[in-house]
Amino acid sequence: MWLFILRRVASTVPVMLIVAIVIFAMLRLTPGDPAVVIAGDQATAEQIARIRASLGLDLPIHEQFLTWIIQILHGDLGTSIFTNMPVSTLIGQRLEPTLLLTLTTVIFSVSVAVPLGVWAAWRAGSWTDRLIMMFSVLGFSFPVFVLGYVLIYQFGLTLKWLPTQGYKSPFTDPLGFASTIVMPTITLGMIYIALVTRITRASMLEVLGEDYIRTARAKGQIERKVLFRHALKNAAVPIATIIGIGIALLIGGAVVTETVFNIPGLGRLVVDAILRRDYPIIQGLILVFSFTYIIINMLIDIAYTMLDPRIRY
Amino acid sequence: MPHINTHPVLDISHLSVALPSSGDRRHAVIDLSLTIKPGEIVCVVGESGSGKSVTAQAIMGLLPKGQLIAERGTITLQGEDVLQATPDRLRELRGTRMAMIFQEPMTALNPVLTVGDQIAEMLAIHTDLSESEQRNRVLEMMKAVHLPDTERMIDCYPHQLSGGQRQRIMIAQALILDPALLIADEPTTALDVTTQAQILKLIKEMQERRGTGVLFITHDFGVVADIADRVVVMQHGNLVESGTRDEILLAPKMPYTQMLIASVPSLVPPHREPVNGPVALQTINLSKTYQGTGGFLDKGRIVKAADQVNLSLRRGETLGVVGESGSGKSTVARCIARLIDPSEGHILLDGLDIANLPEKSLRPHRRHVQVIFQDPFRSLNPRRTVGQSIIEGPMNFGLSEHDALNRARDLMELVGLSPDALSRFPHQFSGGQRQRISIARALAMQPHVLIADEAVSALDVSVQAQVLALLDDVRKRFDLALLFITHDLRVAAQICDRIMVMQKGKVVEEGATRALFANPQHAYTKALFEAAPGHDFTKR
Repeated sequence: MWLFILRRVASTVPVMLIVAIVIFAMLRLTPGDPAVVIAGDQATAEQIARIRASLGLDLPIHEQFLTWIIQILHGDLGTSIFTNMPVSTLIGQRLEPTLLLTLTTVIFSVSVAVPLGVWAAWRAGSWTDRLIMMFSVLGFSFPVFVLGYVLIYQFGLTLKWLPTQGYKSPFTDPLGFASTIVMPTITLGMIYIALVTRITRASMLEVLGEDYIRTARAKGQIERKVLFRHALKNAAVPIATIIGIGIALLIGGAVVTETVFNIPGLGRLVVDAILRRDYPIIQGLILVFSFTYIIINMLIDIAYTMLDPRIRY
Repeated sequence: MPHINTHPVLDISHLSVALPSSGDRRHAVIDLSLTIKPGEIVCVVGESGSGKSVTAQAIMGLLPKGQLIAERGTITLQGEDVLQATPDRLRELRGTRMAMIFQEPMTALNPVLTVGDQIAEMLAIHTDLSESEQRNRVLEMMKAVHLPDTERMIDCYPHQLSGGQRQRIMIAQALILDPALLIADEPTTALDVTTQAQILKLIKEMQERRGTGVLFITHDFGVVADIADRVVVMQHGNLVESGTRDEILLAPKMPYTQMLIASVPSLVPPHREPVNGPVALQTINLSKTYQGTGGFLDKGRIVKAADQVNLSLRRGETLGVVGESGSGKSTVARCIARLIDPSEGHILLDGLDIANLPEKSLRPHRRHVQVIFQDPFRSLNPRRTVGQSIIEGPMNFGLSEHDALNRARDLMELVGLSPDALSRFPHQFSGGQRQRISIARALAMQPHVLIADEAVSALDVSVQAQVLALLDDVRKRFDLALLFITHDLRVAAQICDRIMVMQKGKVVEEGATRALFANPQHAYTKALFEAAPGHDFTKR
């Protein structure tokens, strides 16, 4: 077991290296010279050359790569072209809201979706099942921003229960955090609930037809334990997969929600950086996202082996 | 035990179970009555669709909700009608008064829980024992069913145990609370013969020691002969005949029972003339080794699935390859058909070595070797019509659709099906019919070598006899070399000219069927004969 985890962790290193090479190459190969952009329309060739030199763009490509990798290993993701602040600081500032929003969304959706899916599978074909499935189709098809604004209108403006926008850090203002995070969590969680409910239902339906479920009933086990002790753990692998993919998507995909609720998260940083062609930030963000994906994938793989003793790599 | 010994443990009276209105008949079980006394083993025998498993489910209160309903009758378990019991009461009865073991010990145990936890669950549901007391009871019970190294095995997962061990776990789980009634639904069907013999012995031992009444469901008259006190024969939900074991096996009164018993292949091979056709297939030192994939920190272990196998097969001849699971018999078949690549050795097909031919040069030879697989439910593509499945191969080899269809029609007639059936889908046929279709599909390629890989193992005895006769007929008609892979000695006795016995990848014995059956030489062959269910009975 520990050996497996060790091997799995070690195997992420080459993947990360390949990702780093691809990111580096992609930005160097895309047309458009950042030095020209930074220098502006009126710049002379000399000014552009000076900027190129200051960015290290005049060095041979492999030297550029080596310097870059060494910098990354030191936690230095470069300096933003526009704000002149270190990229790592910029990303660090924005990481907290996004990570916490992702976390609350995952906890909220999983704790709603898994029981719903189990219930729907248990009562497959009944009205309960159809109602849950209808709800999940709705969750899929409802645009995030519409749901966001409906919630803001209802709970923020009409009932005035919750603040309409903004973000408070839980480390300085726990109550403020709780009240600002509720609506974004629901908004962002809706699609996710729909997805996890469907996967849970499908996976459970398959497992409920298995012989060992019949065995559990033949032992006189109560239905709740048949469902949660015997069935759910067997159905867990696809569910864990979708939850993992979901976390990865949430970290990168919260742009709309962050915009609607005016949360200073990573999603907004991405948009701003792309619009300004702020290469170091884009590079840093892609790197952070990719590494997050790789780590989440690794955690999913490790989770598999804990959920199902038959899975050994 | 509270009851007096003459009272039946189970008394089923006029039980009828209704099928949903969409079914092809109205009842799964019609007006069934039977009793089981303490310490008695009653075998319910019947082919698929006879209603024997439905009866077991009805007793346990496990009929699929909304699909099968016990309409009439009573099922009295130690004086209590289980059909009238509340769901909570039923749950109490399951495990304590009645318990069940199933056919597939592979799938009947939960793969993500340790076997110890699964046995202990019985105690957790029905008793107040503490966890350490539960563990002790479980260990005791595991020893009672003769599991080795129980201290280690209690924390194993099902996939780490063999099929026989898993079935012992199921039995330990079922009997740990000393139920008065044990229902065994085909508990040895999925096991190898030698394992089957051990499990049957265990069930008998446990039942005698504890005085349990056993309802034993089987399709195998060999098993009946070995284990039954009384026998109940069912067909299409009706009770055909019941009586003591000897009454039913030696003097069956009803034509259906007589037909069933006559269909059981005899362990005495008929006389067969030696075959002198040209050699169609030969393997020389054929080996297949598997190496575990393993990561960069560990080395996989090496398994010799087939080890230096030499065989030769003439046109018009049937060679039986007999062995238990893991003996390598299917590996040999797959290598010959080049479905997997052999690691070493030669495969001579009509004199040409195809063992290492690359796919491109192999292709023209593929049609000469055709395979019929065990499970006709899975070997035909459910979304293609039977006709499409049959003509696909010949058309790949250049036959026009018109000619291929004509050939398919002829073959359908040959295997005893209507040519009109070509436009239908596999699910519209019974198991036996599907196996006929599989034979037609193989023959459409006009092969020289036909491999039947457990081709009749999934079929009911009466259907099995027909399909065997068909295979023998096509062998003669097309002068085929037939490689017949089976675990069933009875079947092998009836159809094979020569027999090869395999164990752990190696051929341990080979010879003409009659000679080998009359005088087996190798210890393993002898053990196989010893374990064949009902072997004493047939020899009487």
